[in-house]
Amino acid sequence: MSMMIALALTAGMPVDLGYAQIPDATKEAQAAELMAELRCLVCQGQSIHDSDVDMAADMRRVVRQKIAAGEKPSEVRAWLIERYGSYVTYDPPLSWATAPLWLAPLLLLAAGLWLARGSLRRRRRA
Amino acid sequence: MIAEAGLAALWFAAAMALLQLASAALGLRLKQDELAAAVRPVAIAQGALAALSFALLIILFLRSDMSVLLVAQNSHSAKPLLYKFAGAWGNHEGSMLLWVTVLALAGAGIAMFERKLDRATLIATLGAQAFIALGFYAFLVIASNPFTRLDPPALDGMGLNPLLQDPGLAFHPPTLYFGYVGLSIAFSFAVGAMITREVGPVFARAMRPWVLGAWIFLTIGITAGSYWAYYELGWGGWWFWDPVENASLMPWLAATALLHSVNVLAARDGLRAWTLMLAVVAFSMSMLGTFLVRSGILTSVHAFAVDPTRGSFILVLLAIYIGGALALYGARVGRVKAGQPFDLLSREGGLVLNNLLLSVILGIVLIGTLYPIVAQAMGQQLSVGPPFFNKTTGPIALFLVAAMAVGPMLRWRRDEANAILEKMTVPAGAAALVTAATFLAADDASWMEIVGLGLAAAVAIASFAPLWRRNLLRTPLFTWGMIVAHFGCAVSLAGMAADSAFTSERLVAARYGQPYYVGPWRIVLNGVAPVVGDNWSAVEGRVTAIRSDGGTPLLLTPQRRFYASPPTDTAEASIRTRVDGQLYAVLGAQDAQGRWQLRLWWKPFVTLIWFGGGLIALGGALSLIGRISRERRSVRRREEAE
Amino acid sequence: MKRWLLWVPLIVFAGLVAVAGSRLIAPPDTVVKSALIGKPLPDFALAPLLPAKPGLDRGDLATGKPRLLNVFASWCVPCIAEAPQLMKLKAAGVQIDAIAIRDTPQAVAAFLARHGDPYARIGSDPQSQVQISIGSSGVPETFVIDGQGRIAAQHIGDIREEDVPKLLKALEDAR
Repeated sequence: MSMMIALALTAGMPVDLGYAQIPDATKEAQAAELMAELRCLVCQGQSIHDSDVDMAADMRRVVRQKIAAGEKPSEVRAWLIERYGSYVTYDPPLSWATAPLWLAPLLLLAAGLWLARGSLRRRRRA
Repeated sequence: MIAEAGLAALWFAAAMALLQLASAALGLRLKQDELAAAVRPVAIAQGALAALSFALLIILFLRSDMSVLLVAQNSHSAKPLLYKFAGAWGNHEGSMLLWVTVLALAGAGIAMFERKLDRATLIATLGAQAFIALGFYAFLVIASNPFTRLDPPALDGMGLNPLLQDPGLAFHPPTLYFGYVGLSIAFSFAVGAMITREVGPVFARAMRPWVLGAWIFLTIGITAGSYWAYYELGWGGWWFWDPVENASLMPWLAATALLHSVNVLAARDGLRAWTLMLAVVAFSMSMLGTFLVRSGILTSVHAFAVDPTRGSFILVLLAIYIGGALALYGARVGRVKAGQPFDLLSREGGLVLNNLLLSVILGIVLIGTLYPIVAQAMGQQLSVGPPFFNKTTGPIALFLVAAMAVGPMLRWRRDEANAILEKMTVPAGAAALVTAATFLAADDASWMEIVGLGLAAAVAIASFAPLWRRNLLRTPLFTWGMIVAHFGCAVSLAGMAADSAFTSERLVAARYGQPYYVGPWRIVLNGVAPVVGDNWSAVEGRVTAIRSDGGTPLLLTPQRRFYASPPTDTAEASIRTRVDGQLYAVLGAQDAQGRWQLRLWWKPFVTLIWFGGGLIALGGALSLIGRISRERRSVRRREEAE
Repeated sequence: MKRWLLWVPLIVFAGLVAVAGSRLIAPPDTVVKSALIGKPLPDFALAPLLPAKPGLDRGDLATGKPRLLNVFASWCVPCIAEAPQLMKLKAAGVQIDAIAIRDTPQAVAAFLARHGDPYARIGSDPQSQVQISIGSSGVPETFVIDGQGRIAAQHIGDIREEDVPKLLKALEDAR
């Protein structure tokens, strides 16, 4: 009974998605994952998921509202990048400018293998 | 007079370092044995003088001598004794003096205790150590004199930032300095060996304790720093791939690789050139880390006193030391003889794989950390953060952990694939079981989390394999060290994967008395009351938590604190630890309807992350004690035989 | 192993020092520019904040004549610093509209009474939704909007004395 009253009370209240979760757990999980990779624009290296400042809450609200309205995380991300550039995401989108960054792990692995293989072979001959 | 005596001791120490460098260089160059013989006593004198200088600085702080500028700026007569003491290195000048003191004492230690290394390499090593120390002495006496007088004296000091009055923070920086100095000593050994071209097992055994010691301190520093950020920053995370964190991780990665390659050199006389390279890289990463943190060229969530001028000084030192060493490497290493050959499937092969993967991770972290600077030069503003680092280093780290399960079972020189497969049956079975169980239990877990938990199980079992059919009492201490450290890695990985896969988060606008649920917990905010501290006031939430399966209720008291000077407001998280995880609560603001923002997390097994880190450091310590006592015994035996 | 390979670490290191050194000489640029410069304003409509002043929507900003769009707040200190410059721009005949971020009518009325009122319209953006949709990341920021409702330029931070001619020029160019 008290539970129902509580529900009725909260239902009438406006829910501020800057500070509250989306009721749908799947959508909230999607939003949370996205918010953790979006950079708070006025902080020193924090994601909007982690930051306390008002601007971060405003951005969280935008993200949660869009996800709650059925947009895909990738669409929301693209919408923000359209406005703030790649700076807004900690997951740099692939472009000519970030290609060296994303290729670096593979190049390093290849170089390392080549170096290790070369020294193994040389050792065997010795 | 104490301050003047301290400055004089510092100048004398610097003079000793110059003398040490000159006699080492001339002694080796001109083959003057008398000159070279002076190096050891001079190194000991340098250590003693630097220690005296630092001891005098501590006395100034303990006596709250406000006629000294540094004391007046960083201390206060009413401060607790511990923070007066820690205040001596809680500032730029004092920390530099501590740095160079540890370095000088390490040099004195080598001069006194190193008995096996050939004389020429030892002299060259001490010469290199003096060269490094000289740079820091110059920095101190020219640009950061800790003993400058204040005339007239201040009435009282300005105090230490209240946020920094934390026992953890008082001892965090020295821990990292010990690690960095240890790596600088390994670097000196490498430079000494490149000069004399005597690279072999004896050299490796001389360098190894310093690498191990440095690695232990770095491990402790990172583990403690991570926990500190976790409870202090108040958003439930323990690693953010922030530039400052990366700066501390990079030397650790290099030191870990070096630690393994130096074993190949000591046991099998292999990986000569590569070990030298790693010693140089490890020290350069520690200096680069110091530079990144102090210069402020990257934005970080961790506050630091940033000063571009000091940053440029560190950069110049970095360029001279590392550039010089790498030039020496290019010129000399070609003539260092190749080490012993070995098979791909062997302990050496496993360690090469370890080194390869660790180096690749190091490279990725380095590139990812600096890439925003490069991109900006190309006119692109971008951020590189957790998604990039997790996606790229995660799979490699998991592969590395898998290799860690197998590596210790391999025999030196050559092993049989069938024998390995047989030994791996139990760990592989455990991995498969845990992977399958996780997959079924947590349907939304990512593949990295699932594989991580499986591999953690495999390594936890496999790490004890070296004890199989062995007399436990006669197993050497350093083998125990390896077992404990590898087991610690498994524990830590399990914590990371469990936290990532099973954490539940709840964000509520809480009304008094109403229940909210997070994980297995039922949470009630009973009230919010004002509390007052020394230099802050706060509102404190009274939150009770009861587990759905019963048990005594827990009380959590998250606070919102307001500091008057400087005016800041901070969220003090309240954390309760249970065997199977931590409950984490943060109080936010009150909304127009009178509800309080409450952020709640239930983090299953998250404590394993730092517990594992502690085990890794403990394993290192066991290994270090084991190695040193064995070296001692062998030296004694040799002396008796003579 | 080839001999030249031994020199690769030194070359890589030199690159590293160059990167670090360049950053010391040119410190990081922490300003986040809007990526919408040169593009049309997104569609929006903001309610009025003050009873005496109309609100703001996209149509108000595409009237054929270039104008300024000032993003401000009464709680923002640099906004006080730029108020005289905005008044000068207004005196020079520039149309200035505003978006007030997370603000209340009382606070804004007091702010304008004290520091001058350069605005033709003020739209209230209580949750900074429109601010985010135009790629603004803080207050104060000033956008130059051309006659077709396109963002021609963006000024981040308070407008100083020396910025006034630059903004006038940007308005001229946007014609």
